[in-house]
Amino acid sequence: MTAVETSTVRMRAAARRRKPAGSWLLPTYVTVAFLILLIPIAYTFAFSFNDANRSNISWNGFTLDNWMTVCAQPEVCVAFGNSLLVGAVSTAIATTLGTMIALALVRYRFRARSAISLLLFLPMATPEVVIGAGLASQFLTIGVAKGLGTIIIAHTMFCLSFVVVTVRARVLSLDPSLEEAGRDLYGSPRAVFWRITFPLLLPGIVAAALLSFSLSFDDFIITYFTSGTVQTFPVYIYVAAQRGIPPQANVIASAVFLIAIAATLIFQIISARRASRLRR
Amino acid sequence: MAISALVPAGTQVAREPERRRGGLIALALLVPGLAYLALFFLVPFVSLLITSFGINDTATYGGYYYAFYWQNYVDVIAQYWPQFVRSFWYALLATVFALLISYPIAYFIGVTIREHKMLRNLLLVLVIAPFFISFLLRTLAWKQILSDEGPVVGVLQAVGLMGAQDHITGTGFAVVFGLTYNFIPFMTLPIFASLDRLDKRLIEAGNDLYASHASTFWKVTFPLSLPGVISGTLLTFIPAAGDYVNASQSFLGGPGTAMIGNVIQSKFLITVNYPQAAALSILLMAVIVVIVAFYVRRSGTDDLL
Repeated sequence: MTAVETSTVRMRAAARRRKPAGSWLLPTYVTVAFLILLIPIAYTFAFSFNDANRSNISWNGFTLDNWMTVCAQPEVCVAFGNSLLVGAVSTAIATTLGTMIALALVRYRFRARSAISLLLFLPMATPEVVIGAGLASQFLTIGVAKGLGTIIIAHTMFCLSFVVVTVRARVLSLDPSLEEAGRDLYGSPRAVFWRITFPLLLPGIVAAALLSFSLSFDDFIITYFTSGTVQTFPVYIYVAAQRGIPPQANVIASAVFLIAIAATLIFQIISARRASRLRR
Repeated sequence: MAISALVPAGTQVAREPERRRGGLIALALLVPGLAYLALFFLVPFVSLLITSFGINDTATYGGYYYAFYWQNYVDVIAQYWPQFVRSFWYALLATVFALLISYPIAYFIGVTIREHKMLRNLLLVLVIAPFFISFLLRTLAWKQILSDEGPVVGVLQAVGLMGAQDHITGTGFAVVFGLTYNFIPFMTLPIFASLDRLDKRLIEAGNDLYASHASTFWKVTFPLSLPGVISGTLLTFIPAAGDYVNASQSFLGGPGTAMIGNVIQSKFLITVNYPQAAALSILLMAVIVVIVAFYVRRSGTDDLL
């Protein structure tokens, strides 16, 4: 470390020590805010252990039964399976189509650029109820029966723009000289794409797919307009809310939550490791 | 602008690559996705527009015939303007509250503890944690907690802040509370993304030049976080204005809290008056487009993505 650097570090440290008088205020506020924001999650989790049958409203004592007999209410499991299926299929289609658009947007010049941007932006700026009503009206007009297929069509549509935005940011952050190097070393365009571009884009594509899956999995409003009699997990909860939600729904939601949190933490640790390895 | 602020932080834009001329590859990459959007976003919109001018046929279930009956719009405005006003009022309140609550959180994660990578990442996971558990169940959890038998009402009645006949659920307050709660992550993330990119030396420079903390904040920090604030407010306001879950009576709403989403939903799926439902949807979309266009223009950006 040079002398200048050391002195800046020292000055920074001094600045950090000289904190304003109310410096405890922000951490306290953030702690309280997080505690309040996490209440509904804790509540949902706690009530998955409630010894209740149909209406899981008041606390009746602790039990593990709900976790053991998740599919005792078959509709819950069917709805959950539908959600997984819809999420997987629409994520696969949306991620493929969206990645292609993102590549084209960054790499090529073409006319009607702003019209294309607008077409990609509009689905994100349209209230879900309008998208849902539009699709329902279209399916009605052309006489398509609502079901799993129409849900997948709808979910792919609203995930697409989010994939484009996420992957586009990754494409923009790529250093073009890496691909130039590949071409200079006589790599064919195909080899350059699959051996250089694609692996570098992969984290962005994975992030887009995860975002897309979670958007699809938790969507209710558009799904309700396009589902007919098929129920996804959120639709099941909405319908069941009128007569009481069985604790098994809380079990599934809590399990999904725990898996997702674990996956996020692992993903973070891996990318932190990668980052520190690249720095070396 | 707007949405790009949502993209995970730390993605720096590399040297802009020179764009090649379009041609067949570009076309092949673009056409499938854009055709999909045209088919399942634009065409439904046109279908909605056509339906909105149709005449409802009361003789058949959900029947209507095509016409140019613009009276639909007059009817729905005359009948449902209170729900329209309420939707935008609730959405505005929720946006303001979410901004006030989220900004300090985003600031804390993005600026105050920027150097503590572990804590920072942990808090970010906590911000997005609600995304991993059904928002319907979370909203129902609030319903139980705020219900007449719940702990909050009990305490408030015991200390005399609420009368025995007062409720929280079923009121406009509960709906705005639910909307605010549901959209806090959508507000926090883009603001965080902006603040995370903020060069701390600018704040230090402000302090070195004897600016007070408040004036450094308003003259340096806040203007630089504006892109995040703008996308956060859009990501909150637009879906909140069209939401119908929070205001629904089996969730946090009551008889007097119906928003325009509730009207559209019941017209479309229960009373099956398609022309009126379509007219309401088109109106909602039109008002939002006007508001967003005005807002985006004020923020001085043209690049929508």
